[in-house]
Amino acid sequence: MPYEYLDDIAISDVAFHAWGDSMGELFVAAADATLNVMVGDLRSIEERVQCPIELKEPSDEMLLFNFLQELIFLKDAEQLLLRVPHVEILKDEGVYHLTAEATGEKLNPLRHELIVDVKAVTLHRFNVNQTPEGWEATVILDI
Amino acid sequence: MLVSTLKRWNGFPEGEREWVEMAVPKEIKRISETVWEIPASYKQGMLVPARIYATEKLLQAMDDGVFDQVTNVATLPGIVSYALCMPDGHWGYGFPIGGVAAIDAERGVISPGGIGFDINCGMRLVLTSLTYEEVRPNLHQLVDKLFQRVPAGVGGTGFVTVSKDEFLEVAIKGADWCIDHGYGWPEDLVKTEESGRMKGADVSKISQRAIARGYKQIGTLGSGNHYLEIQVAKPEYILDDQLAKALGITLPNQVVIMFHCGSRGFGHQVATDYLQVFLKVMERKYGIKILDRELASAPFNSPEGQDYFAAMKCAINMSFANRQVILHRIREAFSDVFHKDPADLGLHQVYDVAHNTAKVEKHVVNGRERSLLVHRKGSTRAFGPGMEGLPEEYKNIGQPVIIGGSMETGSYLLIGVESGHQTFYSTAHGSGRTMSRKQAKKLFRGKELEKDMQTRGIYVRSVSYAGLAEEAGPAYKDIDEVIEAANLAGISKPVVRLIPVGNVKG
Repeated sequence: MPYEYLDDIAISDVAFHAWGDSMGELFVAAADATLNVMVGDLRSIEERVQCPIELKEPSDEMLLFNFLQELIFLKDAEQLLLRVPHVEILKDEGVYHLTAEATGEKLNPLRHELIVDVKAVTLHRFNVNQTPEGWEATVILDI
Repeated sequence: MLVSTLKRWNGFPEGEREWVEMAVPKEIKRISETVWEIPASYKQGMLVPARIYATEKLLQAMDDGVFDQVTNVATLPGIVSYALCMPDGHWGYGFPIGGVAAIDAERGVISPGGIGFDINCGMRLVLTSLTYEEVRPNLHQLVDKLFQRVPAGVGGTGFVTVSKDEFLEVAIKGADWCIDHGYGWPEDLVKTEESGRMKGADVSKISQRAIARGYKQIGTLGSGNHYLEIQVAKPEYILDDQLAKALGITLPNQVVIMFHCGSRGFGHQVATDYLQVFLKVMERKYGIKILDRELASAPFNSPEGQDYFAAMKCAINMSFANRQVILHRIREAFSDVFHKDPADLGLHQVYDVAHNTAKVEKHVVNGRERSLLVHRKGSTRAFGPGMEGLPEEYKNIGQPVIIGGSMETGSYLLIGVESGHQTFYSTAHGSGRTMSRKQAKKLFRGKELEKDMQTRGIYVRSVSYAGLAEEAGPAYKDIDEVIEAANLAGISKPVVRLIPVGNVKG
């Protein structure tokens, strides 16, 4: 599981650290970390619908921010619980282009162990870093 | 004077405790028993000192985020008197939770961090003419019915179905819309802050995303620390008999209902949208230095500032509407169980307070009346007797204040007092967390907690056992300590301590 929840930097909300060998893999992990706050077992989410996601941002931080915000938006607007198995990110003339297909299904309290609602991604101590091993991010979610 | 290298227990239960360093800055000065001041010289850019309202014990337990954030708030252009933090303070986004800032409405800024993501998260308290003896035989049925009829938990759609166009009407009219559509009584509006509808909401200032996120959520409780509780006013916990009676608590062991929720996805999106807007213009257009991205601000009298204020009001109105329709469901549930009309069951509202909001108010500062934009983030307005904006019935006694504790310890009904002018008539909103959700889940098991609460006379229905564990009593500060601090400081006066007996949690 390429993410862990952090105890010492969020008391009333949830903080996580996610990582990946590539930027795309980091984004997949961060999406799972966000979803896992809301749903106990991610394997209980069946792939019944597909939602394409396309984003363009000049910074890696705002790209991740808006990517996670999109998943939170779809959770409320469409009642969808979504994982993102693969994220493609290309950089062209200083702008990141993200394309991905989120898959999942409508939330169902009978099958999904629902824990707590995520209200928003915050910018508090939000960072995305490229390291020699790959990519990592720290995110705090408002609960 | 406290020294910052002193240690304190980290607030965890026996076996998990460890010494941690206190975060209190050594520059702090004690002004009185419950008022502490960090001078403006503490941090570059501070325009005013910071004042924290707390007992010594509460102050020592505050995290370093409180001191860092309240002193950042003190740098906001136009801030008047002090950057304030209430006794339940803990770190938040931009502002600490419990943060209050009164800013010059003509020359100062507005900061969405001073309102929060959950715009108009607030509390509503409702009376009944029932005693605990009358309710107890039906308690499980009542809580089960409320659990069924008031949607709670992750995402979730509300029981009030509106189109996107109708939602825009709700954003303008707030609780007014609910009364027009049969969800409540006109008297409910009188007993709500802003009469349940803040004027000046403008739907052209809200995004399509915010509307899409919110229009299906009218009539939902949310999750986390949101709840619906059946409580008892035991005679031994009536702290001021006369005031209790004036607020409608007239029977021994009278049953009341308290619930806590906000503007749901709609408010969260409005807050997120405008944070981005402000970040783009703050430094570049207005030359305001960004100390903390979550403390983004813009001049109140700028297009961006006014747009956000008008959008914020839409979210405030939607939240009042949300609480109004939930009250309607509560009345229906009680009526079903007791086979009586809600009016015959005395289901009258005491008051509805917002604790994440910004309002333009008139306050006297250094002998001069000023028009101030008062930001209250995890802080409750507590107007004193005689103040403009109070319902006629409460004009002589002051504004009711509802402060929620943990689900195991109970909550308080208080009243605003004249000496509240020192905090622009603001007080605490809850008890604040002391341990992370992850830690709480490690220490407590939802199922065991549920059984344990049952043996102590509290029947709880929760959408999630893990969520329930996160809300365990020891995860929160001592509410009695928070109330004592507010009382000693003279920013609100406790009237009744309310004991939980039934709870619905998301």
